[in-house]
Amino acid sequence: MTDTTRKAARPVSQAAPAGPAPPSAARRPRRWRGVTPWLFLIAPLALLIAFTYAPIVNMVAYSFTDWDGVSPELRYTGAENYTELFTRPELFEVFFVSGYYLAASVVQIGAALYFATVLSFNVRFRNFFKGVLFFPYLINGVAIGFVFLYFFQDGGTLDAILSLFGHDGDRSWLGTPTSANVSLAGVSVWRYLGLNFVLFLGAIQSIPGELYEAAELDGANRWQQFRHIIAPGIRPVLSLSVILSVSGSLSVFEIPYIMTGGATGTETFVIQTVKLAFQFNKTGLASAAAVVLLLIILAVTWVQRRLVPDDKVDLV
Amino acid sequence: MNRRTVLALAVGAALLASGCTGTGGTSKGADADAPDDPAKVDGTITVLTHRTDLVQDGTMKKYAAEFNKTYPKVKVEFDGLTDYEGEVKIRMNTENYGDVLMIPAVIEKKDYPKFFASLGTEAERSKKYRFTDYTTVDGKVYGQSPLGAVPGFIYNKKVWSEAGITDWPTTPAEFLDDLKAIKSKTDAIPYYTNFKDMWPLTQWTQVNGSVGCDEQATTKLAEGDPWADGADLRTADTLLYDIVREGLIEKDPTTTNWEASKPKLAKGEIATMWLGSWAVIQMQGAAKQAGADSDDIGFMPFPAQKNGTFCAVTLPDYNQAVNVNSDHKAAARAWIDWFTDKSGYADANLALSPLKDAPLPDVLGPYQEAGVKLLDLDDTKGAQVKSIDNQSEVGIYKPDYRQELVDLARGARKGSLDDFLTGLGEKWTEAQKNLGS
Repeated sequence: MTDTTRKAARPVSQAAPAGPAPPSAARRPRRWRGVTPWLFLIAPLALLIAFTYAPIVNMVAYSFTDWDGVSPELRYTGAENYTELFTRPELFEVFFVSGYYLAASVVQIGAALYFATVLSFNVRFRNFFKGVLFFPYLINGVAIGFVFLYFFQDGGTLDAILSLFGHDGDRSWLGTPTSANVSLAGVSVWRYLGLNFVLFLGAIQSIPGELYEAAELDGANRWQQFRHIIAPGIRPVLSLSVILSVSGSLSVFEIPYIMTGGATGTETFVIQTVKLAFQFNKTGLASAAAVVLLLIILAVTWVQRRLVPDDKVDLV
Repeated sequence: MNRRTVLALAVGAALLASGCTGTGGTSKGADADAPDDPAKVDGTITVLTHRTDLVQDGTMKKYAAEFNKTYPKVKVEFDGLTDYEGEVKIRMNTENYGDVLMIPAVIEKKDYPKFFASLGTEAERSKKYRFTDYTTVDGKVYGQSPLGAVPGFIYNKKVWSEAGITDWPTTPAEFLDDLKAIKSKTDAIPYYTNFKDMWPLTQWTQVNGSVGCDEQATTKLAEGDPWADGADLRTADTLLYDIVREGLIEKDPTTTNWEASKPKLAKGEIATMWLGSWAVIQMQGAAKQAGADSDDIGFMPFPAQKNGTFCAVTLPDYNQAVNVNSDHKAAARAWIDWFTDKSGYADANLALSPLKDAPLPDVLGPYQEAGVKLLDLDDTKGAQVKSIDNQSEVGIYKPDYRQELVDLARGARKGSLDDFLTGLGEKWTEAQKNLGS
C-alpha cells in the first residue's frame, strides 16, 4: 500500500507518548502529574496496539483485497470478498456444528455450577477434587487433541472402559457426523469445565459466610441456600460464563482441527476460514470471513447484554 | 476536540499506518550462475529443508562435509522446518528465507522470478535434467528437484501371494477382486486409507496420467473436466470409492495413524496402500525395525493398461531454488548443482534420479521387467491447474474432497458418487471459465 501514509502518520504515534516539553519550572510538578499515568500506560498500550489492534486493522485491510498470503502483489477489490461470502450460503452452513458445542456448554455450565457449589461447602478431599476438576484446563489444547484421538480410537481407551461394563466395545466414535461432533463437544466440555468451575468457585467464596449461617438458623436446606443465596450472588459471573461459552461455541477451533481436521461433518467456521486462507490461498476472502465472525460474536454478545443487564449484586 | 477524541485519532492513525505495510523490493530476474572455479566460491549459506529427520541424524552434515571437499570455502548451514509449508510461507513475506530453499507449493509459478534466482534456460537444462518444466517461467528455470518418485501401490508381497494372487491386476475391477480375495483368505486389512492423516489421500491425484497413458494429462486437467467419463481422476476416485464401499479398508478410518501404519504393512497386517516409490524405503526401514522381511515390500502400478502396457508418471519432489535476495548466489547455486548431481541423495532414498541419463533405482526394477512405461508429464499448464484448484476450492492436491468421498462411500455422508463427482466437475469447469475470462 502507500508509503506516504506511513511516513505521515509516524510522527503522530511517536510524539503522542512523549508529550510536549515543559514550558516553565513552576508548572513542572503539575505537568508531570498529568503525564505519569500515561508513562505507566505506555507498555500495556503498546503491547495492546501491537498485538491486538494492529493485526485486526491489518486483517480488515486484507479483507478488501485479493491477497493470496504470499505474493508481493495485492489488488484492492472493494467489497467483493464480502459479496462473495454472503452469496455463498454453504459457507454459513458450518454454523450448525456450533449447535453441538452450544448444547455442550449448557452441560458444562450446569456441571461446573454443581461442582462449585458442592465443593464450596465442607467436603472431604475438597482441595483434591478442586485440583482434579481444574487440571484439564492447564493442558495444552494440542496435547488434549492427541490424547483424545487415542481415547476414541477403535478399540481405544473408551471402548476398553465400556467393555469392562459388558458393553460391546467396538465403535468408531469419530465415524459419523453426529457421533463425531458429540465426541468432540464432549472433549471441549472436559477441557473448559475447569475454567467455569474456578470462576464460579471464586464468586461463591466471595459471598459472606454469615449469610449461610443465618439461612441455616432459619432452617433453609442446601437447595434453598443455593436458590436464594448462591445463584443471585454469582449472577454476574454466570452471565459472563454464558457469553463466553456462546462466543466460544461459534469460534470452536483447535480440538476439531487437531482431531479430525474438519472431516466427517465436524468443520467449524474457523476451520473453514483457515482452510480458505492456507489451503486455497484466499487470504482476502478468509480475512473477510474472520471479520464477519468477529461481527457476529460482537452482535451476539451485545444482544445478550441487552437481555440480561449486568445489575449490581444486592444480597445484604 | 476533547482529550478522548484526540487520543482516539492518534491511535487510529497509528493503526492505519501499521495496516499499510507494503511489501517492497521487486528485484526481479536475477540469475544464479554456476561458479567457474570451485575454490573461489565462498560465503555461508543457509539451506531450508523439510527433511528434519536428516538434519537431526546428521546426514545433512555429512553431505555438507562431502560438498566442502569440492567447495572448501563455503559453509553450509541447515534449517530444518517441521511445518515447512506454513513456516516458509510466512518467512517469504520478508527477504530472509535462507539462501537455498525448497519452493513451497503456495508460491504461484508466475511469482517465481520475484522470489528466486534463475538457474538457467529451460532449453539448456532440460537436456540434462528431468522435471525442469515444473519451475519454468518464460523459458527460465527457477528450481531443480533433487529426486523424483513414481506413484504406485505399496503392497505386502507375502499377503498378496497368500491370497493366491500372482500377477498384478490390470483393471480396477480386477484390483477390487484381489482385495476381496485378500479379505476372505487372510487376516490383513486389504487397503489402508490413512484417512486421518489426510495427505496420503491426496496422493490419489497422482494417478493422473497413468490411466490414459498421456503425457498431456496435466494440460487436460487445465482444459477439461477431470471427472468426465473415462477421465483419469474419475477412474481413480471411483476405484477408491469402491474399495471403501466394499468394506475393504480399516475399520475406523477416522483414527488412523501414518507412523503406525508403516510397521503394520511391513508385518502383513495391512496388504496395500496407494503412495509412491518414495515410501518404499520408509516401509523397508519399518520392516527392519519390526523384525519383518524387508523383501516383502512390493510396488505395483495403478491397475490400468493402455495397449497392454502399464503406465506410470514420474513426479518431482520439492524443487530446490536460490533466494533472489541471497548475498551468496554462487555458493547457493553450487550447492544445488552438487546436491542434484553428485550427492547421491536420490540413490540414498531409492528414488528416481533427476539426471536423465541415470539408471532407474532398484525399487523400480519390477517395473522395468514388466515393461511399465514411465511418463514425464508435461507441466506447462501446471500453474493454471493450481489456480483452478484454488479458485474452485475443489482441492485435488488437498485432502478434503477425498475425505468426503470416503465418508460418502462408507455411508457417513449422504449422496451418490455420480452426483458428487459431477458436482466437483461443475465447480472445476466453472472456475476454468472465470479464470479464462
